[in-house]
Amino acid sequence: MGYYILRRLLIAIPSLLGISVVLFTVLALAPGDPFEELATNPAVPPEVRMALRAKFGLDDPVAVRYVRWITAMAQGDWGYSFVSRINVDQLILQRLGVTLFVIGSSQILALLIAIPVGVIAATRPYSVFDQIANTLAFIGFSLPTFFTGLLFILVFSIWLDWLPFVYQADIKAAGWRWYWEHIRQAIMPIAVLGLFQGASLVRYVRSAVLDVIRLDYVTTARAKGLGERVVIVKHVVRNALIPVVTLVALQMPAIFGGAIVTEQIFRIPGIGSLLISSILANDTPVIMAVTFVFACLVVLFNLIADILYGWLDPRITFR
Amino acid sequence: MQQRAPTFSPTREAWRRFRRHKLAVISAFILGLMVLAILIGPLIWRIPINQIDFAATLQGPSWKHPFGTDDLGQDLLARMLYGGRISLAVGLAAMFVAIFVGTIIGAIAGMSRGWVGSALMWLTDLFLSLPQLPRLLLVIYLFRDTLKGTFGPEGGTFILIVIVIGGLRWMPVARLVRAQFLSLREKEFVEAARALGASKVRQVVRHILPNALGPVIVAGTIDVAAAIIAESTLSFLGLGFPPDIPTWGRLLFDAKDNLDFAPHWALFPGAAIFLTVLTINFIGDGLRDALDPRRVL
Repeated sequence: MGYYILRRLLIAIPSLLGISVVLFTVLALAPGDPFEELATNPAVPPEVRMALRAKFGLDDPVAVRYVRWITAMAQGDWGYSFVSRINVDQLILQRLGVTLFVIGSSQILALLIAIPVGVIAATRPYSVFDQIANTLAFIGFSLPTFFTGLLFILVFSIWLDWLPFVYQADIKAAGWRWYWEHIRQAIMPIAVLGLFQGASLVRYVRSAVLDVIRLDYVTTARAKGLGERVVIVKHVVRNALIPVVTLVALQMPAIFGGAIVTEQIFRIPGIGSLLISSILANDTPVIMAVTFVFACLVVLFNLIADILYGWLDPRITFR
Repeated sequence: MQQRAPTFSPTREAWRRFRRHKLAVISAFILGLMVLAILIGPLIWRIPINQIDFAATLQGPSWKHPFGTDDLGQDLLARMLYGGRISLAVGLAAMFVAIFVGTIIGAIAGMSRGWVGSALMWLTDLFLSLPQLPRLLLVIYLFRDTLKGTFGPEGGTFILIVIVIGGLRWMPVARLVRAQFLSLREKEFVEAARALGASKVRQVVRHILPNALGPVIVAGTIDVAAAIIAESTLSFLGLGFPPDIPTWGRLLFDAKDNLDFAPHWALFPGAAIFLTVLTINFIGDGLRDALDPRRVL
């Protein structure tokens, strides 16, 4: 098992390096020059601009610049935000917690919806419940998150006036009230992401359960007189959920996309809204770093899923 | 193939299977109506999309403006009909780009028996692990100004968005095509073609590709929906089309700050995106049933 985890970790490193190469190539291919403003400024002579370019190494070959950039990133020097005037790694660390909280809670919500609905639908295939669940799932993942978000704001904030639609990081309250206010403002973003995600997962859970429910050991469990409930919960669902673990990990990139949109709608101060605001403000170091963090998170979740998979399913060989 | 009645061509058989998926047929009908409205609507509904009327700002639906007006008094029905053309065109064009690139890479990876295939698949997985939206945003951020300068704001943005969305969605298609190729290239009919001296290109184009096309068509259908969502998301974030091109996502972006007193402004374009994506997804599901010969219906 330890060897298996180590192997997975070693596989993750080249993909991280590959991602960094892709990101840097995109940046290097892109037109535009950080000293462009100086070029149009008549007060700055061209020699000064050239000297600056030479000082920051912009005239070096791409490979040299890449190695310099990746060593700086590896040493924790992620650059300096042009707009916020603080180090990029600090800026991202401040914002990462909120994003992970929203994504994590919405994942839990998605699983809480998808697993029961998918299991019930699979135990009664082609029944009325199954068909309604399938149709609702289609509607759920066809509703773009930006539209669900606006609908939720319209219904729950404007018409019913139940929930606040602007996320506040600094709530002036103490004790239970502080927690309550935090939960209240997190309900809508989590629901938007969680419902979307749950709708996509329902169909996977259903087909995973359908695959397992026909197997012989399930028949054996029934034959020895176990109740249907025990058969489903203890024998079928346990095994059916193994592929679902991988699917949750594979869906991670889509969830990050949804999280960016949700953070933007509800003005949550996470790294998704940081990405959008830095794009609008031309803050290149932050944009590169946030994109890289998103990619790292995807690789990390894939790694966790792989390890979980190996732990849950003893049939996987730990080569 | 043998047990079918000989009078049924594959197309007719697929159509018979597709018709059994009720929701897919209804969806095809609704989507057809929407496409028709977008195509001929502007010829009938002749209010210009940029006609400003300050006497009628932020009005709800009425006979004069069936979908209401925005903050400048511009007619939303006219804007949505125009924007729908852009949204659907982006969706279709991006799908073709994705299918084209994905099929080529998948075919090369599926036919090669050496390191080329594994290298291409490693590249595919690499692109897959970069989340789609941050990737899109990064590329748009870096390239938008140059393309706008070269092709003008409208054409430049269209080309950029199509290439970016389509060019970054080829990976699932490539994996699909490769998987199909890996099993098809060992089948007897391909071996027969090989034995008859067919060149590699001929084997691929005449024998393997037509048999691999079913899942690709299904993936392509669903890609149209995904591309429409991607374009709307970009426009919704204010990073897609410029304000004078009212795509559905852009309309939502403009509407979101007026949600409390003009909900119709957001509801109509949002519903249009939702309905388009939903119907395309259902059609894709129907096509999956229709084009998968292993599925008994």
